[in-house]
Amino acid sequence: MDTPVQKKKLSLKERYAAMTRGLAWDTTYQPMDKVFPYDKYEGIKIHDWDKWEDPFRLTMDAYWKYQGEKEKKLYAVIEAFAQNNGQLGVTDARYINALKIFLTGVTPLEYYAYRGFAHVGRQFTGAGARVACQMQSIDELRHNQTETHALSHYNKYFNGLHSPKHMFDRVWYLSVPKSFFEDAYTGGPFEFLTAVSFSFEYVLTNLLFVPFMSGAAHNGDMSTVTFGFSAQSDESRHMTLGIECIKFMLEQDPANVPIVQGWIDKWFWRGYRLLTIVAMMQDYMLPKRVMSWRESWEMYVEDNGESLFKDLARYGIRKPKGWIQACEGKDHISHQAWATFYQYGGAAAFQTWVPEKEELAWLSEKYPETFDKYYRPRWEHWGEQAAQGKRFYNMTLPMLCTTCQVPMLFTEEGDPTKIAYRESDYLGNKYHTCSDHCKEIFDNEPEKYVQSWLPVNQIYQGNCFKEGVDPTAEGFDPLMAVLDYYNVKVGRDNFDFEGSEDQKNFAAWRGDSAEGSQK
Amino acid sequence: MSVKSIKPYNFPAKDVRENFPAPLLFIGWEDHLMFCAPFALPLPPDTPFGALSTAVLPTMYGVHPDFAKIDWNTVQWFKSGEPWQPDPAKSLADNGLQHKDSIRFRTPGLTGLNGSCS
Repeated sequence: MDTPVQKKKLSLKERYAAMTRGLAWDTTYQPMDKVFPYDKYEGIKIHDWDKWEDPFRLTMDAYWKYQGEKEKKLYAVIEAFAQNNGQLGVTDARYINALKIFLTGVTPLEYYAYRGFAHVGRQFTGAGARVACQMQSIDELRHNQTETHALSHYNKYFNGLHSPKHMFDRVWYLSVPKSFFEDAYTGGPFEFLTAVSFSFEYVLTNLLFVPFMSGAAHNGDMSTVTFGFSAQSDESRHMTLGIECIKFMLEQDPANVPIVQGWIDKWFWRGYRLLTIVAMMQDYMLPKRVMSWRESWEMYVEDNGESLFKDLARYGIRKPKGWIQACEGKDHISHQAWATFYQYGGAAAFQTWVPEKEELAWLSEKYPETFDKYYRPRWEHWGEQAAQGKRFYNMTLPMLCTTCQVPMLFTEEGDPTKIAYRESDYLGNKYHTCSDHCKEIFDNEPEKYVQSWLPVNQIYQGNCFKEGVDPTAEGFDPLMAVLDYYNVKVGRDNFDFEGSEDQKNFAAWRGDSAEGSQK
Repeated sequence: MSVKSIKPYNFPAKDVRENFPAPLLFIGWEDHLMFCAPFALPLPPDTPFGALSTAVLPTMYGVHPDFAKIDWNTVQWFKSGEPWQPDPAKSLADNGLQHKDSIRFRTPGLTGLNGSCS
């Protein structure tokens, strides 16, 4: 028998080439354009797909091994957290409400991202781009699963965590993240990458992940922190993909530059609007605060963004339109958003509250130019009203922006006392938007946004009641019917934190005094 | 500009008038941001405009301490942001209001909680 010849081990680079591009081929029975019909119609010109650089050169076998090890560790921690009643270690039951938003508003986006990357991972002509997108697709599916598992323990003890997917498809404020992603993955593959990989993952994701994960750490939530650590290496890979794909498009053809710039303008603004809810979470929902929204905006967007767009200037790319307005918004949007959820807290699947005295003082300190002048009076008034048993609930449905789907709560640049109204006419109908940038996005593709499923308008059209419900029946209560359709358990999931079941249970489990729970 | 697509792109608009039981009207109260956003309401076109101040707005805005102080004779109205003078005796339709019109009112002298426009 011959001695088998020891083959030289392939280098990482060779291995990557063999396992990705080496496995690709050009079709001959059918023209390539017919097999890959999606990657030309957006107008992006690619002359040489081989110039696509995958900075990580990850192959599937390495991916399995690495992720498998990470997840073993993650599940060990989740298990230990459950066995040790980790839910009792969080600072305060109010904190769980941030997790409710995360589970209903962010976790389903991971699933949408998985679908989006699976789609573009099939559609690009270049094998390198396809492989990178396929890997990210699997990452996103894993994140959807691991987030669900990391948070599932809380569902045994707290209200409002029971129907994330059902709620995501129905509840009014969740149409904001839902429509964001549906907008992205109904674009072409290059727009999808610009939207998700670049504008969201590269420019804005730190603003989502850092507050949630350091917020979790500060508030004793080790389960979520561990998920965050586990996802971190994936996130940095996604960010690198984001910057690489932008540079690839820009380097391939100068005609790509204006198209990419248009997408950067659009998706920076869409992402910024989406993050409004994170701003409010950071300033109002963490019992133990990490930093203010304003501070993290300055750190992660203003400072990082300056150098990023300086770097991209050599390709002819400038800062996104809306940059100045978004930077001005750092002093306002968290307050405006929490006031919105406070007054519509009867229709939400989490609890809201008036900030405590020390918290109001913290807000004054962090927002010296705006909080006392514009926002404190609302909280003091509502606090007094609540103390008299007249907790304020707004019972009339709000007007929504057709593009971002957020209630029309944003104010004019330079005047936080004036709601910003913008209006467009399209085929004999009026469409309303919350800002110049949401209006421009609408005006650029009106055929798309006339299809917006705006929750308020859908309620008025009678589309948000369970099947068989008769809105003409005597004593019909539309709000209760809508909450039933949302699967919001009235009196458990919604209303004020003060007096909630979550508050009472948590105090009882921790053995806190009755006064403590009443605070 | 319009959508780029590989096939003809033509889908029905979701919020056309026929889909609602009555035309939708958007109403905002200037300088009173305690109400976080303008309201959306389906209102029958034959509703007299004057019924807004007597029957409709009180249910929406009545909890605000400024609301009882409003002098409806001095209220300034705006339609799509432009000054506008509706006739309270005429219906919404006869005042020219159509589906998804957006109106606001300003109440001179009333500027919200502690003058904060809240």
